Amino acid sequence: MNIIRDTAHRIREHWLGALALVLALVVWECYASLVVRNSFLLPGPTDVFSAFISLLEKGILLADFEVSLLHFAIGLSGALLIGIPIGIAMGWNSRADQFLNPVIEILRPIPPLAWIPFAIIWFGFTPVSAGFVIFVGAVFPILINTYTGFRGVPRIFVEAGRMLGCTRTRDQIRYIAFPAALPSVVSGIRIATGVGWMCLVAAELFGVSNNGLGKDLWFYYNLHQMDAVVVYMLLLGLIGLAIDMVFRYYIDRHFLKWRTGEVA
Amino acid sequence: MGRLEIVNLSQSFPRDDGSRLQVLENLNLVVQDKEFVCILGSSGCGKTTLLRLIAGLDTAESGAILLDGEEMKGTNAKVGMVFQEYSLFPWRTVLDNVAFGLEMQGAGREERYRIAEQYLELVGLTQFAKSYPSELSGGMRQRVAVARALALDPVVLLMDEPFGALDAQTRNMLQHELLGIWEKTKKTIVFITHSVDEAVFLADRIIVLTPRPGKVCETISLELPRPRDRTSVEFAKFRRYVLDLINQPESHSSKV
Repeated sequence: MNIIRDTAHRIREHWLGALALVLALVVWECYASLVVRNSFLLPGPTDVFSAFISLLEKGILLADFEVSLLHFAIGLSGALLIGIPIGIAMGWNSRADQFLNPVIEILRPIPPLAWIPFAIIWFGFTPVSAGFVIFVGAVFPILINTYTGFRGVPRIFVEAGRMLGCTRTRDQIRYIAFPAALPSVVSGIRIATGVGWMCLVAAELFGVSNNGLGKDLWFYYNLHQMDAVVVYMLLLGLIGLAIDMVFRYYIDRHFLKWRTGEVA
Repeated sequence: MGRLEIVNLSQSFPRDDGSRLQVLENLNLVVQDKEFVCILGSSGCGKTTLLRLIAGLDTAESGAILLDGEEMKGTNAKVGMVFQEYSLFPWRTVLDNVAFGLEMQGAGREERYRIAEQYLELVGLTQFAKSYPSELSGGMRQRVAVARALALDPVVLLMDEPFGALDAQTRNMLQHELLGIWEKTKKTIVFITHSVDEAVFLADRIIVLTPRPGKVCETISLELPRPRDRTSVEFAKFRRYVLDLINQPESHSSKV
């Protein structure tokens, strides 16, 4: 019963959006097959779908997905490992803030892709190299948001904690500042996954691996198989969306459920 | 035991022009064990400063605070505090808020929940143990804050205008409940308020502070039986007396 009612509710809520998607596909197909009529300039949805099936049958897509995920995981874990502790140090201790801030502010505006030469020199043609470029993109949002979150911890929480015996700095960070700052940290991680994912194509461009969604996007471009290029574009978009959904529906609900009902 | 002795306490804060603002000057005060004392004074007279010094959140410029004859430095598990603002940890459930102090002391899970549940029962919020503070009303939140402070079984409970943000009805109810809790737990309570009505209803003794620099202007012992009737003649008499004191602080302090 519930499932039926839920589904009915969902259809009512989302049918306009679904309609737009179907319309976009129809317009795209008509434009490609009736106006452009050149599957190199603009492959239509049917071309893309058949390219998708053949890539899937060759088993390339799964291998690409795995390799890209590895690059992404390397970059993001590095960003978490470096960004969160530095953000905590700068947010908690104003000396650390004054000390590190100029360096961070100078490094931060450098586009991640500008690090590619050094990524190659330092790490060679390895997954770590691609991971490093993603790391550069992801580390600053995490660092900055952790910093802001820790700066914004209300004094009264720390004082209430002190009155209850939470007097050591380590405990104050662990039991008070970190949970208070967690919403900000999580939204930093969320931004970082978006930025990191966008760096992926470029990070795989210079040949660090034989597979990878970004790598093969360029590979099929060089073969002038534009239908396959569109397959990779759509996959990159959909996986990026999936990662964001994980945040929106899982992490927010389970880690930050205390915020529900709060106006702030 | 919970006898507080405040000796020659002074505190000042730097001002923008480089001079110092004297907030408390040679303040002397004794609060007896199990006594309910209200500290009253117009805003800016250093009430909160005094309470923060007793709590150990700030360090005094000079003077000493003794608990049962022993000088206190910094925060102390024997002194609990209920803040004016909303100070519950929003990421913890009500029960975990109350259990926080015990957790810091290293009490095991079962023990701290058992004790926390006792104090939740004392403030009548057992069925909200699993709720988050954001789901509670203002009055309920302050009840939790009282339970949280009491869970460590302090001898002195400091309260900084804890009911100041509540509506009049809730406020009266909580004053009533607080007296019940005080009679059951027999803590020494130092309660800050700017409401004369609240002070006369609650206190064994009212201490009126003069405005800056803050010192004790007058001490009033309230020998009224509890529960007190806010509309009785004696109540009104005390209230008028205290109000007069507060409204003419200059003329009075010049007499002293």
